[in-house]
Amino acid sequence: MSIKHTASLAALVALLLVSATPFAQAADKPTDPQIAHIAYTAGVIDVEAAKLAIEKSKTKEVVDFANDMVRDHEAVNVQALDLVKKLKVTPEDNATSQALSKAAEEERAKLAKLEGAAFDKAYVANEVAYHKQVNGALETLLIPSAENAELKSLLETGLKIFQGHQQHAEHVAGMLK
Amino acid sequence: MKAGMPICSLAGALALALVASPALAATIEVTIDKLVFTPASIEAKVGDTIEWVNKDAFAHTATVKGDWEVMIPPESKGRMTLEKAGAVDYFCRFHPNMKGHLDVAP
Ligand SMILES: [Cu+2]
Repeated sequence: MSIKHTASLAALVALLLVSATPFAQAADKPTDPQIAHIAYTAGVIDVEAAKLAIEKSKTKEVVDFANDMVRDHEAVNVQALDLVKKLKVTPEDNATSQALSKAAEEERAKLAKLEGAAFDKAYVANEVAYHKQVNGALETLLIPSAENAELKSLLETGLKIFQGHQQHAEHVAGMLK
Repeated sequence: MKAGMPICSLAGALALALVASPALAATIEVTIDKLVFTPASIEAKVGDTIEWVNKDAFAHTATVKGDWEVMIPPESKGRMTLEKAGAVDYFCRFHPNMKGHLDVAP
């Protein structure tokens, strides 16, 4: 499967904050193979960002949070891969996935230049924003567009995970102040 | 106890012991499925054990801020015996949108 391209974690964040929203580019209703690709990409982006944070941050709360992100998003993506295999769907690259990845790469490059408290703050702020953005896309575009019931259900679980992460990130952001 | 003790009196003693302790501790199961605690609200008493059965592929916690926390690994269980009475709200530290409630009688 070709979705292994790596959008960086940072890019994810950047995407969230910088671009009005890559999701807005998808004027047409995405198909299930596209939705699967977008959801998987969104998870990969957050894992990449988390790995950068694990490498760079010296703050326990930030590193713990990043480890939680890696664990959860990898678990979601394993389920997503199992599901597409079962449904014999091939995830299909698309403009939204590409915009997500590009924004994420840019953001990651930005984060990579920061150190210490500045990095922690920027990473966590981006996590809040990114999860908010993905939640919005799941609620208004991806879930309503999904045709397959199992895909829809997995996206709904993904939404709850992302909403939880957003709150978790907001809590960590509060602790960094 | 002596080997010669009549069986009927042993049974009687057992029966008495059971009847005389009305507060037999129970194990109460809470299921976690797709980031939801079910039932969300539990009535229990001190000495009861809560067992969280996690059907998700994600780790969760049952956390009471500033008090206790139970780790509940993916597709596994976490348990805790209630030690004090009172009503507490708990949540998952990894996914704070997951919420539960315990009413613990003395
Ligand atoms: Cu949780």
